[in-house]
Amino acid sequence: MKGYKIIVLAKQVPDTRNVGKDAMKADGTVNRAALPAIFNPEDLNALEQALRIKDKFPGTTITVLTMGPGRAAEIIREGMFRGADDGILLTDRAFAGSDTLATSYAIGQTLKKHGAFDIIIAGRQAIDGDTAQVGPQVAEKLGIPQITYAEEIQSIEKGKVTVKRRLERGVEVVRCPMPLVVTVNSSAPDCRARNAKLIMKYKHAKTISEMQDANEDYLHLYNDRPYLNIKEWTVQDIEVDMKELGLTGSPTKVKKVENVVLQSKGAKVITSSDEDMDQLMRELIENHTIG
Amino acid sequence: MNSVFVYCEIEDSQVAEVSMELLTKGRALATELKCKLEAIAIGHQLDGIEKDIFPYGVDVLHIADDKRLAPYTTLPHTSIVVKLFQEEKPQIALMGASSVGRDLGPRVSSALHSGLTADCTSLVIGDHEDKKADKVYENLLYQIRPAFGGNIIATIINPDCRPQMATVREGVMKKEILDPKYKGTINKLDVSKYTTDLDFVVEMIERHIEKSKVNIKGAGIIVAGGYGVGSKENFNLLFELAEVLGGEVGASRAAVDSGYVEHGRQIGQTGTTVRPKLYIACGISGQIQHRAGMEESAQIIAINTDPEAPINSIADYVITGDVAEILPKMIKFYKANTK
Repeated sequence: MKGYKIIVLAKQVPDTRNVGKDAMKADGTVNRAALPAIFNPEDLNALEQALRIKDKFPGTTITVLTMGPGRAAEIIREGMFRGADDGILLTDRAFAGSDTLATSYAIGQTLKKHGAFDIIIAGRQAIDGDTAQVGPQVAEKLGIPQITYAEEIQSIEKGKVTVKRRLERGVEVVRCPMPLVVTVNSSAPDCRARNAKLIMKYKHAKTISEMQDANEDYLHLYNDRPYLNIKEWTVQDIEVDMKELGLTGSPTKVKKVENVVLQSKGAKVITSSDEDMDQLMRELIENHTIG
Repeated sequence: MNSVFVYCEIEDSQVAEVSMELLTKGRALATELKCKLEAIAIGHQLDGIEKDIFPYGVDVLHIADDKRLAPYTTLPHTSIVVKLFQEEKPQIALMGASSVGRDLGPRVSSALHSGLTADCTSLVIGDHEDKKADKVYENLLYQIRPAFGGNIIATIINPDCRPQMATVREGVMKKEILDPKYKGTINKLDVSKYTTDLDFVVEMIERHIEKSKVNIKGAGIIVAGGYGVGSKENFNLLFELAEVLGGEVGASRAAVDSGYVEHGRQIGQTGTTVRPKLYIACGISGQIQHRAGMEESAQIIAINTDPEAPINSIADYVITGDVAEILPKMIKFYKANTK
């Protein structure tokens, strides 16, 4: 049976869900350094959908593509431990400050360079920005259709992919010809665990930058076992218009950032009177806890 | 002056709630900017739809009516909106932060190379000074939204690209009719000029209403109930509050064992571990097994008749009183303060 070429778009993100009291500085702002960097949760749901296609259609290859700093290679290895075949780390200072549109442009150009793909699968959104824009924008840059809010890729037949979408009030099943972009919701099945054999196989997988810092005893491995080489691409490796990248390529600018100051410890005791309840809801709305 | 534009989401030939809220906001922005408010409705069997749209103060309504345009699919709606925006050149474009708007918005912004800000909680007109370029931009749209898991509030602007696009969730803006007799003009679009056959490659196979599985792990706000809630009926109050706040309902093991709610909502050592932005514990004493599953919540409100309940020791707000009295008040004052 013929396999498919799948690209999984993934992002390494700070674990914003872990912003508990210990991750806050004394002034009540977020201590970003204290937050662990993780595989964006919905991108793991996306990877699982790709792995299920690979289960069904042997010969399928899965490439994890991520854009970020050098350490983002961690999530490519994480993907390999769960069944991805290879990865591309797109990393360059020129990407710094990119908004979703400049990011999509860089990813789109990378995919054009990389060539053949049947299905691009990504998480619906990343937990650091929650915008859900990069998937559809990449699809537009490539001029191919998109299916967002996917819960399950149900089948692939005669060049068409059938996808179940989970929307606010119900579900939709749609059919779309390849190539296409699918973005996956958190309501889709969780990603399978790491596989012990794959960990053994890929634990030394590295980008070229990482190899320069690696233990010399292992360097011969990268010639003997080409699959341990994680591609590391910079703007030199893709065709780009530099004006479209980074801050200059970003139509949106951040004018102001205000840290949400959380309450200091020590409970406020209030009564159920109208005045107290009104005051409570006002406070929660003002500090952006609700509303 | 270029107009303010609202994409009206249509469901079963009706204008969606979020679109009416955006029309209201759009009208206010247009009035402040002294420009027209325009709207677009794309769908099928839209005869008379203007009666639901003009009263919000819409000056021009563009209608694209075709059997193939309903229900919503990405490509034809994108083609129509992109072409229309190229012709009309709006300065601001608003869409619902729904599964439709969040599918369409990024696609349109990519095609037009205009900036889009998702899930705005506030939209304000203001100036911006770019000191480096020694340039002052007047009357920009400040797009204000939470980011970084709700830990920061960012104000985003698009100084140079148009339209300035933003999506807003349902319930964030207030819906208000400007004038029931307000009359605008209708512009019927020739759909064949705005779309191509290639836009219709995605087939809709099935569509139905289906309730989501409970997802308390992903909820930013959790209203959780314990044995102290007292009955299955009283739990309805928790569901009401959760719905109003956009959260989920959770429960302690005692409440689940009493049959008040299903097991999928159980929080604690034997249930799910959660870390929401806000945890409202209703009638939960707060035994260690329950606290293990929720104590990392960013903020905790404890509502209990017992002022000595263990949950109070980890709470940020302690309310001593009856859940049945307090929850309706929370709903009432939340609504009073947001609209």
